[in-house]
Amino acid sequence: MDKIRELASKSAVVIFTKSSCCMCHSIKALFYELGASPSIHELDQDSRGNEMAVALRILGCNPCVPAIFIGGQFVGSAKDVISLHVDGSLKEMLINAKAIWL
Amino acid sequence: MMADISPSTSTDADTEDKNRYQLQQLGAVASDGSDRPKDQKTLRRLAQNREAARKSRLRKKAYVQQLESSRMKLTQLEQELQRARQQGIFISGSGDQSQSMSGNGALAFDVEYARWLEEQNRRVNELRGAVNSHAGDAELRIIVDGILAHYDDIFRIKGDAAKADVFHILSGMWKTPAERCFLWLGGFRSSELLKLLINQLEPLTEQQLLAINNLQQSSQQAEDALSQGMEALQQSLAETLAGSLGPSGSSGNVANYMGQMAMAMGKLGTLEGFIRQADNLRQQTLQQMHRILTTRQSARALLAITDYFSRLRALSSLWLARPRE
Repeated sequence: MDKIRELASKSAVVIFTKSSCCMCHSIKALFYELGASPSIHELDQDSRGNEMAVALRILGCNPCVPAIFIGGQFVGSAKDVISLHVDGSLKEMLINAKAIWL
Repeated sequence: MMADISPSTSTDADTEDKNRYQLQQLGAVASDGSDRPKDQKTLRRLAQNREAARKSRLRKKAYVQQLESSRMKLTQLEQELQRARQQGIFISGSGDQSQSMSGNGALAFDVEYARWLEEQNRRVNELRGAVNSHAGDAELRIIVDGILAHYDDIFRIKGDAAKADVFHILSGMWKTPAERCFLWLGGFRSSELLKLLINQLEPLTEQQLLAINNLQQSSQQAEDALSQGMEALQQSLAETLAGSLGPSGSSGNVANYMGQMAMAMGKLGTLEGFIRQADNLRQQTLQQMHRILTTRQSARALLAITDYFSRLRALSSLWLARPRE
């Protein structure tokens, strides 16, 4: 969990993924489209990947990837991010975290 | 040479008539009553004709009997289906979804969808009636909320069906042909729906117009993102399967093959997730649209959406019934 928090605080947008996960690919594409430059951490490339996966699930992320953090805060899974984008909140969060500018 | 085939008790006149009739049947006498004798060839031909006619009559009788029994069977099947429905075999929301779906996922879903559509049409007609009779906002809101909740139902039903048979949902075979033209990840594109609504919804306030445009853009961005993920999935699947190609024969390659197949299976398993996200996007877009619009505008929007899909379905019917060479 510490490693998650640590990594999450390093960038405005942090996404935990797995290299084989195609939904992660979708969410990455969405953030790129919005002009954000998310930091990507692939759990399967990390020696402590399994622990981190468990920690993400404890945070409530199901499935554990993609797990999105904005401004160091856990935002949710793919479904959460898409819902937030549809109601306009996502852009606001990104602006507040200085991940994008209007 | 003529066999005595008349009963001995008849009168002479009767006997003669009977003889003539029987001779006609044998073809020895022309049916116009003349006594023209026939040669062997003609007699044979006439006999063959009679035989052919007799066989034809028997075939017709058999065919009709078959039709009758098929009709009875059809009635029986319809009754069974009705009974099964009443017993809740296909009813959604009851007990264990996966159990009722797994036996016949695709068929069960088609049945549920048909029923959902029927109910949807009923509700929309109710809405149309209310709008046309200038019902008040309170009444409209009840009907509109009901329709939106009803949309939630189909998304839930689709979700369960996708667990049972993701390829059936993806195929769009449960929709009409013209609708399938526009199929995206197992359903409609919200961004396209909003595009056609924007014109129908005037007058909109500046704020509403901006919000609707933002919504249209957001849903389009989400659609594009999901599409990209699907493409990545396809590519990954193709690479996995291609990776299992190689020189055949060694046991190492069998293990390789199995491993690759297992990986491919895993990738196929993620398809359901994409359908789920696509449906979630549709659901969220509808709800956000409802938040932006007034009750009356939402009512008009729902009517417009329904009309659009009705036309697509009508187009499909026309297409299927078109005259062909």
